[in-house]
Amino acid sequence: MNIFDIMGPIMVGPSSSHTAGAVRIGLITKTLVGGNVKKADIGLYGSFAATGKGHGTDRAIIAGLLGMQPDDMRIPMSFVVAEKEGLKFKFENVNIPNAHPNTALLHVENEYGNICDVQISSLGGGRILVNKLNGIEVNCSGEKPTIIVRNIDKPGYVAEVTSMLASKNINIATMRLHREKRGGEAVMVIEVDEKINEESIKWLSSIKGVLNVTYIKG
Amino acid sequence: MAFGSVKEILEKCTKDNIEFWQAVIHDDITERGTTEEESFEKMRIMWEAMVSSADDYEPDIKSNSSLVGGMGGKFEKYSEKGESYCGDFVGEVIKYALEMGENNACMKRIVAAPTAGACGVMPAVLIPVFKRNMADEEKIIKALFTAAGIGQVIAERAFIAGASGGCQAEIGSASAMAAAALTFIKGGSNEKITFASAMALQNLLGLVCDPVAGLVEVPCVKRNVIGAMNALSCADMALAGIGNIIPLDEVIDAMREVGESMNVNLKETGCGGCANTPTGIRIKKELMGEE
Repeated sequence: MNIFDIMGPIMVGPSSSHTAGAVRIGLITKTLVGGNVKKADIGLYGSFAATGKGHGTDRAIIAGLLGMQPDDMRIPMSFVVAEKEGLKFKFENVNIPNAHPNTALLHVENEYGNICDVQISSLGGGRILVNKLNGIEVNCSGEKPTIIVRNIDKPGYVAEVTSMLASKNINIATMRLHREKRGGEAVMVIEVDEKINEESIKWLSSIKGVLNVTYIKG
Repeated sequence: MAFGSVKEILEKCTKDNIEFWQAVIHDDITERGTTEEESFEKMRIMWEAMVSSADDYEPDIKSNSSLVGGMGGKFEKYSEKGESYCGDFVGEVIKYALEMGENNACMKRIVAAPTAGACGVMPAVLIPVFKRNMADEEKIIKALFTAAGIGQVIAERAFIAGASGGCQAEIGSASAMAAAALTFIKGGSNEKITFASAMALQNLLGLVCDPVAGLVEVPCVKRNVIGAMNALSCADMALAGIGNIIPLDEVIDAMREVGESMNVNLKETGCGGCANTPTGIRIKKELMGEE
């Protein structure tokens, strides 16, 4: 854990896990779906469900989906901002077996009709972990620059992506591979030490068989 | 990589002949790929935000629930009369702890250290020290690095979230961090820094997270006061040459064990302890009714 997650973040209260962490959950979900979020169905689990309202967890997640940072003084009024910006949302309490006590399930849609399903936990001190993205386990924190590549499960994609990173002199910090089934859809989650430029992301997206590339700036 | 133990930090200090805070900042610049100047400046911004949050306190504000607000102002008035048990310096520590806790409950801007619920502890002890010229800004920032290093190990070996380990993980960790900072400021050795920190965490083992109606208000704001007071006494004990039998790393492990065996009702669910008293239940019902 970064020392500025310990001494910090600078944030609007009252809870680093239930308010600041919740803002970050909204923010990373906005990044993952891209564009502006227009619709959000949000499920709260565990302590999020039990004490979320009092901690402003609901207002914080909406603030994040609207692109506000954890120290934005408008967080307490985010529902009003959501109405102005045309973001429709609803909350419910859900049960997720074996999940971290502060976990949210989000089903969001942006203005182009793109849909994204995520399960994200707030670990404390404002840190979060994306557990699942569209049903596949990714377990990334979004603290470092991260690329998430969805592709058809065939040989060569890992080499293609990693050689591009090598050619740009970008160092890989961690890398995880997942797939739903042989020949189905596969996911690479790669955390890197350097920032990646937009061109490289576009190039990756243009590879035949790559379904989608998401970049989290970190 | 973050340090996995306080022992590792101490070994690095001995090996490289550097101070505790330097081991922490060196690790940060390697981990984030930045410079010492940038890291130091970032910590200065945290300090500035603590001071400006304290300056922003308004004695008239109340939280949405009206459960907290105005305590910092009340305590300041009382303390100014000069008749308190705690005296001028400690009185000011109590005042700042209350004020920062209340700022947080009122959804104002604060610095989580290590969490928002415990945001009052570090500034409560450091601002009075700074105001009395017991440390200049540079020393305060080095003290913040020292504290952050301890907090990082706690997060690595145990937890800092009330939902994971109870209030001991929040106020306990903040108190251990503050005790380390205070000991460093008075020139205490690395060993004394870890003794102070170990005592502070050990004293708060078992502290449960039982917020009334699930709000970070009752008993959270006042728990910041005990975290700060505990840090003062433990720093002074360490500086007096009093050691601690259980080493800091082992106290941290004990905190983890206690937190893991704690009933879920006592881990930020708002179901046990103060939250489950007749008054706590009544308040919860009243607040839910209003919505």
